Formats: sequence, C-alpha cells, structure tokens
Amino acid sequence: MKINAGKGPLDPFPADRSWEGNHVKKTILMMGAALGLAMAAGVTVLKADPIDAKLEIDGKPMVTRTKAPEGHPFDEVMSGWLFREPETRSLEEDPFENPGMLSVEEGEQIWNTVEGTAGKSCATCHGDASESMKGISAHYPKWDAEAKRPINIELQINKCRKDKMGAEPYAFDKGGQKPLTAYIKNQSLGEPVSIDLSQGDMQAWWDKGKEEYYTRTGQLDLSCASCHEVNMGKMIRADHLSQGQVNGFPTYRLKSGLTSVHNRFRGCIRDTRAEMPKAFSDELMALEVYVTWRGTGLSVETPAVRQ
Amino acid sequence: MAKSKPRVKVPKSASAGEVITIKTLISHEMESGQRKDKEGKPIPRQIINKFTCEFNGQPVFSCDLDPAVSANPYFEFNAKVNESGTFKFTWVDDDGSVYETENEITVK
Amino acid sequence: MTMTRRQALGFGAAAAAFAVTGFRALPAMASAEDADKMVMDFTGGKAPESGKIMLNTPEIAENGNTVPVSVEVESAMEGDDLVDSVLILADGNPNPAVATFHFTAMSGSAAATTRIRLAKTQNVIAVAKMKDGSVYMDKKQVKVTIGGCGG
Repeated sequence: MKINAGKGPLDPFPADRSWEGNHVKKTILMMGAALGLAMAAGVTVLKADPIDAKLEIDGKPMVTRTKAPEGHPFDEVMSGWLFREPETRSLEEDPFENPGMLSVEEGEQIWNTVEGTAGKSCATCHGDASESMKGISAHYPKWDAEAKRPINIELQINKCRKDKMGAEPYAFDKGGQKPLTAYIKNQSLGEPVSIDLSQGDMQAWWDKGKEEYYTRTGQLDLSCASCHEVNMGKMIRADHLSQGQVNGFPTYRLKSGLTSVHNRFRGCIRDTRAEMPKAFSDELMALEVYVTWRGTGLSVETPAVRQ
Repeated sequence: MAKSKPRVKVPKSASAGEVITIKTLISHEMESGQRKDKEGKPIPRQIINKFTCEFNGQPVFSCDLDPAVSANPYFEFNAKVNESGTFKFTWVDDDGSVYETENEITVK
Repeated sequence: MTMTRRQALGFGAAAAAFAVTGFRALPAMASAEDADKMVMDFTGGKAPESGKIMLNTPEIAENGNTVPVSVEVESAMEGDDLVDSVLILADGNPNPAVATFHFTAMSGSAAATTRIRLAKTQNVIAVAKMKDGSVYMDKKQVKVTIGGCGG
C-alpha cells in the first residue's frame, strides 16, 4: 500500500504553526484526514461532554444553556464557553483579564471620534452607547428595508458611516470595524439573542441559511452540521467540538486575537477546503441569520474568549 | 503600537502594610520576529521589552520580556503598601515608545 | 487492496500523526541544552536546588499562543529573606527565553502571573535567585494541543 502523505510527517517543525501560520495546509490535511478516516471506518470519535458550570461576567449571569426554539435540531442550545478548558473559561469570566476588552475600549474611542464630511461621531447621534446600544445587537442580523436584505452590526455601522457621517464604509475586518462592532455588541452583554424573522424576507434568508448549513462542501465534503451538530460534544483531534454558536462574536481567539463572525465562517469553510464566499455576501449573511437563530436565548457574550 | 490605554487594576484603598494584587494588560501585537509575511519575508521583531511598576518613585516589580510573551502582555503581581501614594506603570516598546499610566491609592 | 482517496489520506495522516509523536530525534528548534545554559548564566554557574519555588501551568494548553503561567517563591520578602528575580524559560521554543521578573521588598510577596507562547508541548522552567545567592528551580511540562481544524 503506497500512501503519499505529503510533506507533513517529515516536516521537522510540525508544531510551530502558531508562530508562522504557513503550515495551515498541512494541518487541514491532517484534520480532514483524521476525520475522514474516523467517518469512513465508522470509528467512534472520543466523547467529551460540555461542562456543567455557570458563567458570570461582572456579576451578571450569562445564559449558557437554554431550551432550544421550536424546530431546532437540539433540545438545548449551549454556549461555546461550556466546551472550553478552565484557563480559557476563566479569561472570559474576568472582564479585566479578557484581552478582548482592549478592543472594546478601542471601540469606545472610535465611538466618540468624529469622522467624515458631516463632522459627526457615532456619539453625535447615539449619545451614550451604554444606554442607546443596550440590548440592540442581540436582535441582529435584522431586516434592512432599503437594502432589501438582512444586515449585521458591521453593515449597520457602514450604513451610518456612509449615510450619516459622510465617511468611507469600513472594508471587511479593516479600520475600526472589529473593535467598534465589539464595543456595540458588548453593550448587550447578557441579553438573550433573538432575531425577528417576521420582518421583510427574513424567513427566506433563514431558509437559505439553513440549506447552506446542511450542504456538504469542499474537498473534505463537510457541512456545518457534520461538526457542529452530528459530532457536537466530541473531540476532533485535540479540539472539543461545540455547537458553533455565534453569540460571543467578535470573539477573542487565543490563536488569532479579536475575530469577526464572517472571518470565522470563512475559516471553517476554508478548512473543508472549499472556495470561501466573500464576507457580507448573500451566502454568509444568510448563514449568519440562520446560525444566530440557532443560538436563540443564549446571552450575548461579546467579546467571548475561545481557543 | 498600543491602540488603547493600558489597563491597570489597583485597589482604590488599602490598610497600612497590606499586600495588594495588581493586574495590568496592554494592547500590543508582540511581533515575535519568527513570522513571515505573505511574500515569505520575515516580519521584524517588535515587542514590549520592559515593564516596570514603581510606587512613590521606588521600584516594586519589573519584568524583562522576550518574544515568547503572548500578544497583549498581561501581568499580575503584588505590592506592599505602607502609605498613600501613586503607582506608576511603564511599558517600553522595541521602537523606543514608552507607554505610561498612573494610579492613586489611599492607605488608611 | 483498493482505497478511496479519502481513506488513503486518512491512513497517511494517521501515519503522519504517529511520525510526529513517535519520532523525537528531530532537529529541535531550541534544545534543552540552550535552556540549561541560560539557567547557568542566570545563576552564575550554580546548580539550582528544588523547593521554595512553585511554577503553576495548565497541564494542557488549548492554544499555544496564550498559556497562563504563575510563579510563587516562598520568602518573607523583608530583611535578608528576599527574592531578587525569577527567570522563566520554555525549553522547546525557537528561543527558550520567555521573561525575567524582578522583585523588591515592596513587592510584598514574590509571586507573578503572565501569559506566554509555547510552540509545542515542552517544559516550562522557572528559576528563582534569592538575595543571598541561593537558587531554586521548578519545571512543568505543558501539553500544547493542535486544534481540530486550522490548528
């Protein structure tokens, strides 16, 4: 039996991925292969249950487990926090120690900074974010009647920048987009996620997102559900598969710092070795609508801390 | 390189002789010098190389940092306070920038 | 024996995983010897004793980019019973140097916590140098996991 395993096994520095980031292909190959092997051969993947613990941030209790909405594949929706190691969990518990809070503070500066031809900042119209933005982002994505599509916080910011401030919209993950989004979402910390599917064509976008969620894609032929539904709670190599909830985004990843939800979607899709849809494309907006709905009732945890 | 003000957590008050806990966090990439850009060129090292904490001008705690300290350097350490005064925290960047912040404490 | 492409890949990866874990005589990025030398430079050639210093690390790090480490040295931190400094090393990193903490009587206690980068599973080493010149060492292995997907 001749097997071409590529450069991977002979690579003298197999573990330096966190320093260089150019070994991605190799690790994807190995991951896909390990999973492929497990699935093809019917090998049982190691089972590891999410922990049973309560999350409080600044004395505020977070909903990390709740009854799933009607029509949900699970009985209970669970925050990704329950799937992480104690050190990672404790980083999120203490807002001082949470490095994501550095971005939230940066976002606060941006909120108060005048930009664009209209001479306005976010604060000019919206005042104190701790009042005006409280609870708001728990209900995004929401229908934008003008654009005739759902928009998320990032796109709402861009809309304000363009229409009200006379400023350039942020390019994906650029400028102040991530920290400002984190700051706005952090004002809803603890609020349960719920999106309104009755507005405009939201239901149709939800349907489209659901179809994407269950569609196998890429050379590895995996759907979102392959990992986050069918194998949820099990180990994929050394990683504990969560439900893939998005209630903590932008999230601080130990691996890569503050990470936006569309970046994470793209990363997952890349790891199936499929073509990645563009950020804010119809594909990813539909997916965000559907995946957000899958986390209905969980608290907004932005900025969550994950691996 | 620091995008936001350094974060420091110091109790507002303490009793004389008490050992208090201080936490600090600063926004910094801590570019290790080990990484390469998209063209394969090494990205030059740029880190915070020194952190110091002084109380009323006297050294309390300091740290020499190497590139193996994580991005957004975090420190937690203690200080014994006998009198009211000012903590001064300083971070020194490889590029020569110095980030500073101060915190008052009242000792009863 | 016929195999699908995915099965072939699977076996390849299993073999790869075995090769990575089972084959230790790889050219190391930094050797334990480099770390030993740094310890000796720090202690002035004195072999450190065990005890007095306690290094706290997670047994398993979920990601090597951000690993919390704490160190605490038994000392009154007054009079002659003072800790001067603590050296932290990681003996499997490209460069073992991590950080050096400096304490004073105003530190109140010789304890500190930071977060470090570990390139792979390896030993974290902490060496305390006391004011009287004595040196103590503690060492803990941290297993650095490779994530499910991109790692």
